[in-house]
This record gives sequence, C-alpha cells and structure tokens, in this order.
Amino acid sequence: MRHTPLEPSQTDAVAVTATAEVRITAVGHTYRVGDGEVLSGIDLNIGAGEVVALIGRSGSGKSTLLHIIAGLLEPSEGVVHIGNERVTGPSAAWVMMFQAPSLFPWMTVAENAGLGLRYSGQKEGVDDRVAEVLDLVDLSAFSDRNVQDLSGGQQQRVALARSLAPNPDVLLLDEPFSALDMFTRQSMQQDVRAITKRLGLTMVLVTHDVSEAALMADRAVFLKSGSGKIVGDTPVGLAPKARDLNNPDFQAELARLNGIYSQMQTQC
Amino acid sequence: MTTTSDIPRSARAFPSLARYRGVVNGAFGMALLIFLWWLGGRAVAGNPNMYAFSSFAPGPTLTRLWTMITSGEIFEMAGPSLYRVGLGMGIAAVVGVPMGILVGRVQQVREITNIPFQFLRMISPLSWMPIAVMAFATWDAAIIFLIMVAAIWPILFATAAGVRRIDPAWIKVARNLGASRTHMLTTVILPAVATDILTGIRLALGVAWVVLVPAEYLGVTSGLGYAINDARDTLEYDRLSATVVVIGVIGFGLDTLCQKAISRLNWTKTS
Ligand SMILES: Nc1ncnc2c1ncn2[C@@H]1O[C@H](COP(=O)(O)OP(=O)(O)OP(=O)(O)O)[C@@H](O)[C@H]1O
Ligand SMILES: [Mg+2]
Repeated sequence: MRHTPLEPSQTDAVAVTATAEVRITAVGHTYRVGDGEVLSGIDLNIGAGEVVALIGRSGSGKSTLLHIIAGLLEPSEGVVHIGNERVTGPSAAWVMMFQAPSLFPWMTVAENAGLGLRYSGQKEGVDDRVAEVLDLVDLSAFSDRNVQDLSGGQQQRVALARSLAPNPDVLLLDEPFSALDMFTRQSMQQDVRAITKRLGLTMVLVTHDVSEAALMADRAVFLKSGSGKIVGDTPVGLAPKARDLNNPDFQAELARLNGIYSQMQTQC
Repeated sequence: MTTTSDIPRSARAFPSLARYRGVVNGAFGMALLIFLWWLGGRAVAGNPNMYAFSSFAPGPTLTRLWTMITSGEIFEMAGPSLYRVGLGMGIAAVVGVPMGILVGRVQQVREITNIPFQFLRMISPLSWMPIAVMAFATWDAAIIFLIMVAAIWPILFATAAGVRRIDPAWIKVARNLGASRTHMLTTVILPAVATDILTGIRLALGVAWVVLVPAEYLGVTSGLGYAINDARDTLEYDRLSATVVVIGVIGFGLDTLCQKAISRLNWTKTS
C-alpha cells in the first residue's frame, strides 16, 4: 500500500459535484423513554464545501448526531436540511462512512465500490464511474481482487470509493480511521481532505482525536457529554501547507484546540 | 535410536505419495468396507440355516448390479425416486428459505413460531404417513409430501441461523447507500446466507433420502423403495442388495454435489 498523498492530477478525472449546506435546527434526541436526553437543542449550520469536525468524549452523542444527519435515525425533536431538502431518510446525496469498512466479502473491490450506483438503478457508465473512484483512492490495480485480501487501510479506501461513487454532496465520517495504524491513518486523513476539497464536498467528521480535527477540518465544533449541547465552535486557521504534524503552526493550532477541549470538560 | 529429523526426510522422499494420501486413504476405506461385506457373505454362506441368503455377498450383488446397469433397469428404478425427492426438496426449499429468512430477521415471528416449529420438527416424518395417505389422492403426492416434511426443517433452521449471524453493519451500509428491500435481499441477505441455505439443503437431502425408501413401501409400483420390497417378495436377494448399493451410491453422489456447491459459494477466506 502506498502512503503518498494524492497528486492533483489523480483527482482531475472526476467532475466537481454540486455542493450543499447542512442546516441542523433544534435537534434533540432521547433513545428510550425514561433515559436522559443524548442531544438537546442542537443548532448548527455547515456551509457548502465546509469541513466540520465534531469533537467530543465517548458517549457525548457524536454518532447519534451524525446518524440523524444521515437520515439513519429519526430525531425526537428538530429537523435537518441538506441543500433544499429536508432529511427524512438515507440518500445517495448524503453518504456516511463508518468506523469499520464493512465491505461485502462476496463481492470484488469494484462491485463493492459500485454498490451505491447499483442501488440507485444506474445502468450506464457504472464501470467507468467505478474505475474513476477507484483511481481517486489509488486502488485501480485492485478492482478485481477479493476484498478480504486487502489491508485495513485499503479496505477503508474501498469504503471511501463506495461512498464517493454516487456523487454525493455531503460526506459524513464517523471515526473512519480509528482502526488504522498511525502512518496509514495520517495518509488517509490527508487524502480524504484533498479529495473532499477537490470535489467541493461538504463534510462532517466525527472524532475524539483533536489532532485529526486539526489535520482535516476548517472548523471544530465541541459536543459536551451529559448536557448533549454544543459548547464550542471555532474555525481551524491553518494554511493548506501547515496541515502537517511537524509544522510549527500546526502544533500551535493543536495546542489551542486542545486548550478549548480540556477547558470545556471542566465547565458544567 | 532414530532421530525425529528422519521423519520429514522420509516424507520428502515420496512427495507423490504424500500428495495422493487422501485418495489412497479413501480407496483403503472403500476396500475395507467391501472386505467386511465379503467376510459377512462368507459367514452367511457357511451357515446352513442362512444359506438361502448367500447372494447378499459382493460377488452375486455386483454381478446383478452390472446386468441392472446394462439393461437400464437401474435408471427405471432410480428415475421416479429422484423425481419424488427432487420435487419434495424443491417445495421444501421454496417454503423453507423465505420462512427461514423471516424467522431470522423478525424477532416477533421467531418468538411466535419457536415452539410450534420445535415441536413439529421432532415428529418423525414417517409418522405423517397415515395422514398423508388419507389426505392425498395419489401415492406419489403422499410420498412427495413426506419428503417435503422431512426436508423443510433443516432448510428453515439453517437459513434462520445464517440470517441471524449476518453482520448488522452490512445492513446499515446497504441502507445508507439507498438499498431497497429487494436490493437488501438480493445483494446482502441471500449472498450472505447462501452457504447456510446449501448446508441446510445438504442436511435435508440426507434425511429425505433416508425417508424415501420406507415412503416408497407405500402403494407405488416404482422407485428404489418399491424395488427393495419387490425383490424381497420374489426372493431375489442379489437384486435386493444391488438396489441397496444403488441407493448408497446415489445418496453419496448427491451429497458430494452439495458439498461442491457449498465450497463454490463460500466467500469466507480460510488462510
Ligand atoms: N441504539 C441506542 N440505544 C440506546 N442508547 C444509545 C444507542 N446508541 C447510543 N446510545 C447512548 O447514547 C449516548 C451517545 O452515544 P453515541 O454513540 O452517540 O456517542 P459517541 O459520542 O459517538 O461516542 P463514541 O465516541 O464512544 O463513539 C450514549 O450514552 C449511548 O449509551
Ligand atoms: Mg460514536
């Protein structure tokens, strides 16, 4: 597996998709009657083409909020709009990527990547589109392989290709790199940001790793567990070149974000 | 004293033998079975009280088997039996697979059907015989029903168990990508449980093939079970034992086919 960041030329093949903003209005959620509120009064606007990191401790409701945005979970209160549409269920226009790639082992790499197209009933141009997205994630040579022969990082790249194939406007990521080793994770973080920016996608990234947020996001939003509220919202002010663990600007920004995060934990 | 390092060296000396070990052992097992059969035949022949049964021995049986093959009699016998088993199994699969998916997917269905199914499953298929004879107009239909009853449970339970083992993340991924109910069935559930269904069919085939012979003792005048009964009545013990061999060989062949299909559809990597 190659860990080189994507060259711009590799992404030229894919046309820039239409983008959409995400508007979350007064969203609250309670899983079971009697249990406490996991989320309450969440208002959040995410601009078209913006990358937002949702940061919070385990159990703070990050995944819950992401599932609600994806239309995989109906919120007890509030609404989510993506573009001009109100989210009432899953759609190929907003696709979620999970922590585990969960590829279908009875299908090849290419068949897995083409699943979304197959579900949307698309018949023409499927092979070309699949070849395009596999090229985008640097897996063209693997298209006929059994997914079980791939490394964890390669599998997650197939999952990324699968998410990108139907040309979504919004990509929702639920800690998709947490199972990868440090070097693979870092190259994936850089590649995914590059691809997302290249395609002009809006992205919501859930993480409890502040450095992941600093590497990938334009803006960091902090969720507090217990209250289920947003307690911090700050832009990540980094030039593209500074998104590197060894850059001093990056270290300074990371320290600032970590400061907000730890301060937030002590407040009530 | 020999050292342990001698052992791998001698194994390396006969690479071709090591490669065919499975085949050689298989042939040895078959030879052993025929030898025991031959011993039994000799014992019967040597016993004055049982002399009449001496044509059960391998010699007369295999001779008779050969004439049955060349005359085509064997195909006349096996054809109707295979038809009955095929139809009974087919109906069992058409009913059992969807029911199994439903039982595996829907908790309420599982809870409601659990006791009735476990109860019905424990009843020997052959105990339905009198009811089947009364309920169906033809003997053929009664036999097919008995085979269906025998075959449905392994198929249903294997399918349900496979469905319950499906990774929920697969379902979530498909839903997230906009899969319809039909897509969910054809691209996730059925491929995920294909080997479980076939394993159920393989088990069912074993039971169905066992039930077939006594079921064909019923009024029909064709099939392997009938052939055995008929040979007994006409005291042709070589024909009887040749039919037994045919039953065993066909059953073995069908089972091997199932095994081949299972390993073809199996997507789990064992490396
Ligand atoms: N399906 C569910 N049914 C009931 N409660 C749930 C369910 N899913 C999550 N919860 C509860 O909701 C709260 C928030 O869970 P959530 O998974 O959204 O947290 P998270 O921030 O994603 O945590 P992590 O970082 O560990 O993934 C937790 O207290 C959890 O126990
Ligand atoms: Mg989570």
